[in-house]
Amino acid sequence: MSLWEYANPRKFMALSGKLLPWTAVGAALLCCVGLIWGFFFTPDDFRMGSTVKIIYIHVPSAMMAINVWVMMLVTSLIWLIRRHHVSALAAKAAAPIGMVMTLVALATGAIWGNPMWGTYWAWDPRLTSFLILFLFYLGYMALWEAVEDKDTAADLTSVMCLVGSVFALLSRYATRFWNQGLHQGTSVPVATGERTVDDVFFVPLAISMVGFAVLFVALVLLRTRTEVRARRLAVLNARERMSA
Amino acid sequence: MKALLLRDLRLAIRAGGGFGLGLAFFLILATLIPFGVGPQPDVLASIAPGVLWVGALLSCLLSLERIFALDFEDGALDLMASSPLPLEGIVAVKSLAHWLTTGLPLVVAAPLLGLMLNLPSQSYGWLLMSLLIGTPALSVIGAFGAAITVGLKRGGLLISLLVLPLYVPTLIFGADVVRRAGQGLDASVPAFMLAGLTLGAVAIMPFASAAALRAGLKGS
Amino acid sequence: MIDLGKYAADVVFAYGISLGLILGLIGLSMYRAKRMKADLAAAEARIEARQNNGT
Repeated sequence: MSLWEYANPRKFMALSGKLLPWTAVGAALLCCVGLIWGFFFTPDDFRMGSTVKIIYIHVPSAMMAINVWVMMLVTSLIWLIRRHHVSALAAKAAAPIGMVMTLVALATGAIWGNPMWGTYWAWDPRLTSFLILFLFYLGYMALWEAVEDKDTAADLTSVMCLVGSVFALLSRYATRFWNQGLHQGTSVPVATGERTVDDVFFVPLAISMVGFAVLFVALVLLRTRTEVRARRLAVLNARERMSA
Repeated sequence: MKALLLRDLRLAIRAGGGFGLGLAFFLILATLIPFGVGPQPDVLASIAPGVLWVGALLSCLLSLERIFALDFEDGALDLMASSPLPLEGIVAVKSLAHWLTTGLPLVVAAPLLGLMLNLPSQSYGWLLMSLLIGTPALSVIGAFGAAITVGLKRGGLLISLLVLPLYVPTLIFGADVVRRAGQGLDASVPAFMLAGLTLGAVAIMPFASAAALRAGLKGS
Repeated sequence: MIDLGKYAADVVFAYGISLGLILGLIGLSMYRAKRMKADLAAAEARIEARQNNGT
């Protein structure tokens, strides 16, 4: 009785089928509570005005952008080491979610930045790192699409994810070296989220962060189920073609 | 392994081997930039480090596919993979061949192009050094991109999407060396970072490339 | 509606884009899931029918 049981596609489908409605409802609830509370029931910041409300989307999405990649890294390693197809498919399923989160983080970061820094885009280390992360997501997804044999695709994208992770860390350091950045010196918590935020902002923010995380779980379960089905469909079609 | 190196070098230099292509592209790029940004000497001087480095990077990119594609197509790569030579070693040798035929010529050509782009005079030594240290990294990282896309039909654009983000740290440190030198600042910190990066890349990337090649060969 | 002050456009824009992207992703994922479930069921039914006809 271990987690590895769910590497079996059938068991995975059974469990995920049961979990999905709960996570979906939970995500909807948490996100609604967090965002509505944050949007309507928190005060403006004396420095940033009402733009502080963007924090309830910006921080959770930025967090998820990174966490999704970490999840992809872990599931890629599991595929490379233990060859569980569900794991590889989960990584594939997670990528678009991570990409959208990165995009949302970039967009909200830029829109928030304009009134604050006077410019929509600045080559700030954090924004730049997220831009690079976005490119990694794109490359990862493109690679899955480009390779015909799906097991080979799983292998190649897993190696890509590993190498990409190393270079993402390297780039984070390099971009900080390259441009000391506008984020420095402000108390705006961008990617980490806690610390310097007042309590009145913190609770709805925390709820939103959890909400986004549960949303990710729901979406990745949904998408992985689709991938598992797609793989089964491909196998069936191949078998049909061979026997015809 | 020496035989492999000599063979790859000979193949690259032969007509149709693409030897001069990277160099020609580098020259064309350096020529185009002033048409794009205007001929003002001070503008060119300030962007010269970046243009030279980006140019070197893109020129390397052009010839990456050739590292494995030809051998993959005629089955030689399969033979190499099943030979007693470790695949990692083969990748390293092929990366070396790529560097000798693409990276090194760029290093030699760079000062001339620097002249065209009004590079400050004190930067030339650092330019040479940064490219000398940095282009091997470009070759090994590029070889990884080539290994991942080996056998893919429309791999060209995909290689760029995969490899260019990986090139960012090398580009940042490399260009920074030249830029700092031009401003009269101490360029040793980014130079050390660049050296560390190249050493690390040369040590690690062949393993990742070999893994990618094994996956790609298995599926084909 | 609460008073968002001079940054109203920015905040609304930010929320709008984000929710648009996220809801779009959810919608697309749900659509693909439904399609795939149907396609798989159809294929399995086809194979089932062929096997029954064969025996």
